[in-house]
Amino acid sequence: MTSSMNRVVLDPTNERRATTVERVGRPESLRGLTVGLLDISKARGDVFIDRLEERLSEMGADVKRYKKPTFTKPAPVDLRHEISINCQVVIEALAD
Amino acid sequence: MTLPALPDGLVVIVKRECETCRMVVPVIEQLNNGSLPVTVYVQDDPAFPESLAPIHDNDLSISWHYDIETVPTVLRIENGVEVTRTVGWVRDEWQRVTGQTDLGPNLSAFRPGCGSLSVDPDLVDKLRVRFGATTLSARRVDIAEAEDEFEAMFDRGWTDGLPVVPPTEQRVMRMLTGTTRQPTDVVAIVPPDLVEITIEKVAINAVMAGCKPEYLPWVIAGLEAVCNDTFNIHGVLATTMPVGPVIVCNGPGTRAIGMNSGMNVFGQGNRANLTIGRAIQLIIRNIGGGRPGEVDRATHGNPGKLSFCFAEDEIGSPWSTLAESRGLSRTTDAVTVFPGEGPRCVVDQLARDPESLTNTFAACLRTLHNPKSVLAFDAIVVMGPEHARVYAEAGWDRDRVLEEIHARLQIPGSELIRGAGGIAEGVPERLNGMTLPKFRPGGLLLVHAGGGAGLFSAIIGGWANGDVGSQPVTKEVLP
Repeated sequence: MTSSMNRVVLDPTNERRATTVERVGRPESLRGLTVGLLDISKARGDVFIDRLEERLSEMGADVKRYKKPTFTKPAPVDLRHEISINCQVVIEALAD
Repeated sequence: MTLPALPDGLVVIVKRECETCRMVVPVIEQLNNGSLPVTVYVQDDPAFPESLAPIHDNDLSISWHYDIETVPTVLRIENGVEVTRTVGWVRDEWQRVTGQTDLGPNLSAFRPGCGSLSVDPDLVDKLRVRFGATTLSARRVDIAEAEDEFEAMFDRGWTDGLPVVPPTEQRVMRMLTGTTRQPTDVVAIVPPDLVEITIEKVAINAVMAGCKPEYLPWVIAGLEAVCNDTFNIHGVLATTMPVGPVIVCNGPGTRAIGMNSGMNVFGQGNRANLTIGRAIQLIIRNIGGGRPGEVDRATHGNPGKLSFCFAEDEIGSPWSTLAESRGLSRTTDAVTVFPGEGPRCVVDQLARDPESLTNTFAACLRTLHNPKSVLAFDAIVVMGPEHARVYAEAGWDRDRVLEEIHARLQIPGSELIRGAGGIAEGVPERLNGMTLPKFRPGGLLLVHAGGGAGLFSAIIGGWANGDVGSQPVTKEVLP
């Protein structure tokens, strides 16, 4: 084998190029917006989310609650889709 | 690459270096006087045999594409298609293939041929690249003259912190000989980025990990076993707990590829054990995009996240194998994947009767993750041969051992509730009056492995079990 053959290697990665996605602009106010609260199903996440719901409702937001079946797996596609069509804002609550 | 065409009639492939080829020159001359056209391809000396106007198979393209392993080989071609062949010199066979009689009347009836240049160990890797590399679709990365190739691979983030073998075309093509599957076949969708992985990309990472081609089917099976919703490698990777895929290998193939199931079974020194597990972890990193500090959020991790793969000692075991307990036959090669932390030792050097030894196992298993944690985590008990012998002599089979351990791990809720024993961690107060098992049914796996000396065993603790977390998965290893 010539040394030059050793200088070409095959790419072990997925060869994906990262795409840049613009963030949605931050709303001026939450009044009148639908805010999704996603509970990831970790213990005591509900305590945190209950309090958030209270505070957001006081601010005039329309709150919808969502829950992942388990914290160990990504949110199912259907759930993500449902949130995306129903909500303008989403808060995902981590807890431990 | 399409098959190069051969002319109709008889085609004979020879090399001068081969004594049998030299011996059959008069026979080929005899054939040349017959009714079928004869074409001779020669691998080495372009002038051999002079009387037959040979064509030089200079780049061995004909020999490679027609899978010539022995010279001489006689092929009979009709309408551009091979209909039959024979190798070496067997008079009856030559007469059958050519349809002629009285071939080589002065020769003995049989003489074996010689190895074809196209399968010469010094040439075969290069030929595989020459004629096959165009089937590989991975991006070629040119490493500059001034770069050290090992440093270059570190710099590109392709390694697990140890050096990797440069995945050249030649090495990847050689790795692909370990499977019958096509390089373009999709094996799995790899979390966390959920990217399809082909056999080719598996082979590239297997080269980097240091695998031999014969390990490749084990890497493929292991990958299939972890990349699904049941095992949930996404969660196993992302968790803050110190777990990674533990791969337990079963079947006669473990011995054929030289896996370790004995002394120092979890330790250093065995290439198959270390590189099969490593290849799978490199794939999670390089294809799935799962890297420590990114999606991998482990608080401590464990050294087994480089590779934690071993074989069960089936020959020395008094029991059925792990794979058998999961529904496969003893002669099937299989991997079972388990989301596990590092192993811990169980010491009982006075073990002579099974009751006493089982008490030791129960007491040690009780502490798994937290003495007050129940039902949430599975475990593998890796029974050392000297402990297994105690059970074997008492006539306890696999099921009995597990049942007796379970029976000793029925714990009163009063010991488990929050605050009990001065420990805040625990189950809710409402479970106070109940008796709770440490492990769910089927939550203990039993494997026989380890060196022949030492009254020791090991426990490998698991991670969040069941549908909410990860379940062990067993997959057959296919060629």
